[in-house]
Amino acid sequence: MNARKIILHDMCLRDGMHPKRHQITLEQMQAIARGLDEAGVPLIEVTHGDGLGGASVNYGFPLHTDEEYLRAVIGTVRRAKISALLLPGIGTVEHLRLAKDLGVATIRVATHCTEADVSEQHISLAHKLGLDTVGFLMMAHMLEPAKLVEQALLMEGYGANCIYCTDSAGYMLTDDVKARISLLRERLQPGTEIGFHGHHNLAMGIANSLAAVECGAVRIDGSAAGLGAGAGNTPLEVFNAVCHRMGIETGVDVMRLADVAEELVTPIMDEPIRIDRDSLVLGYAGVYSSFLLFAKRAAAKYGVGSADILIEMGRMKTVGGQEDMIEDVAINMARNKP
Amino acid sequence: MAKRINAALIGSGNISTDLMMKALRCAEINPVWMVGIDPASDGLARARAHGLKTTTEGVDGLLPHLAADDIRIAFDATSAYVHHENARKMREAGVVMIDLTPAAIGPFCVPPVNLAEHAGRREMNVNMVTCGGQATIPMVAAVSREQDVDYAEIVATVASRSAGPGTRKNIDEFTRTTAHGIESVGGAKRGKAIIILNPAEPPLIMRDTVHCLTATTPNQQAITESVKKMIAEVQRYVPGYTLKNGPVFDGNRVSIYLEVEGLGDYLPKYAGNLDIMTAAALRTAEMLSPEIAAGAYRQTNPQSGARS
Repeated sequence: MNARKIILHDMCLRDGMHPKRHQITLEQMQAIARGLDEAGVPLIEVTHGDGLGGASVNYGFPLHTDEEYLRAVIGTVRRAKISALLLPGIGTVEHLRLAKDLGVATIRVATHCTEADVSEQHISLAHKLGLDTVGFLMMAHMLEPAKLVEQALLMEGYGANCIYCTDSAGYMLTDDVKARISLLRERLQPGTEIGFHGHHNLAMGIANSLAAVECGAVRIDGSAAGLGAGAGNTPLEVFNAVCHRMGIETGVDVMRLADVAEELVTPIMDEPIRIDRDSLVLGYAGVYSSFLLFAKRAAAKYGVGSADILIEMGRMKTVGGQEDMIEDVAINMARNKP
Repeated sequence: MAKRINAALIGSGNISTDLMMKALRCAEINPVWMVGIDPASDGLARARAHGLKTTTEGVDGLLPHLAADDIRIAFDATSAYVHHENARKMREAGVVMIDLTPAAIGPFCVPPVNLAEHAGRREMNVNMVTCGGQATIPMVAAVSREQDVDYAEIVATVASRSAGPGTRKNIDEFTRTTAHGIESVGGAKRGKAIIILNPAEPPLIMRDTVHCLTATTPNQQAITESVKKMIAEVQRYVPGYTLKNGPVFDGNRVSIYLEVEGLGDYLPKYAGNLDIMTAAALRTAEMLSPEIAAGAYRQTNPQSGARS
């Protein structure tokens, strides 16, 4: 193992907003955040599933605004720092400034893995504001390692002090992760941290996260009870336990985190987070995990197969954010039904 | 046929060059100058090959020739940053400016929605909003002219190859300006814009989705007819503007699924986002040309173009 000490970053109050259709209550957020904080989780992400400014017809209107969620959680935690996600093209620098003013410590600026240059204004502003600034390269399985490094170097150049390889589709196998993380580690500045964000669609979340740590990643995303898009994120309490067994220091209490997952997160799930057929298709075909519920709804409305919709979305090489195409695809499929 | 109005194209990139190709076959507009800063620009070379005069000294290289060449209209396809200065110089020279940058100094113009309103106002500067705005605001207007729209949201998905460095450096300007246009021209109470870049190869043709939330239950027949009429209006200058699906009605949600294929003049056909900008700008110039020819814009006061 390369790193003996890593930072766990919990996703259940951001990526977990997807399976909750962005309807987590303020009280639920506060209770979960308090539990994570007391377990020793150092960094917790809180935002609409699609990042700051994600409230929309296209992605879903949340129960509360980003501001309300962030204010509630930041006022609740004592030790943990709070991060917010921002997707240029959806959120803007105004959202970034708002997050900073509310006390967010970490801004993660996310782009599709080939489009890092749309993050320049956001990353450079976050850096200038003194925030822990992360470049988050999504759907990283769609880009070969050398090209991914080029994009990472752009983000590093704008001022990101940490770069993520993000497996948004839960498609990567261990070798895919190793190739990307190793090359990032080799080519980025020694002071730039590397992170990995997994989805559990092929049940590779833990194995891939370990592979990332082995190759030099020091920030690992996961979600208590796995609450996240698709089959969820890497289940954080499980990964934490594995780290403890392997002597990788996380600073997070194994049982306390397991308690949060069991007693606070699992009870709020609308459906069990598991690898159902559709989630398996996401991972197998390399499709953006947040498409899952949209495909299920469109399938029910238009009488077509949800897995077929997802496969078609993969064939069309759609990227994160193209939720609008799901209804369009479903209508086409219904029209062309034999 | 009326006399063609002499025009200058400011900028020598993709947009400006495509605009030139369209203007060359236009009955009202005669492209005379192309202004650039890069001597190696392909756009300037093409402009010279088509008989245009060129300068590599920016707008200052054009100013001494405005009177002699009777330049009455200018298209600015540079950047919002440079546009402010260009706009001032053209206004002082009495040249009407069609602004394709997101600077939005002048009022927004989306031809099938509000071009007729602009015609009588003699504004010295009109702004073409954004590519996503040109593609979607007509649809928002098609719904809002039938029923009050509380909220309209658009998702513009463009091929990565068709998003230039200007757009990428300031993507917030796209979301901000488009949202503003959805409200002020589209007629929605509140607007939101989302842009997505997709790197797929072969490049995807521009897709736009328009979601409107109407104040009351949507009148399906009236809205569908209005949308189809508006599609036909846009097709007059962008033949590849197509309704792929919808309008879909779901409670108070009205969703319209569009595809915008360009003419492929200079830009590839998939770049419908750029084509709809150049086509809309040219259509605006055509509409204003009779008044410009009649000299209506010559007695201008310094404030007339600065409405914002």
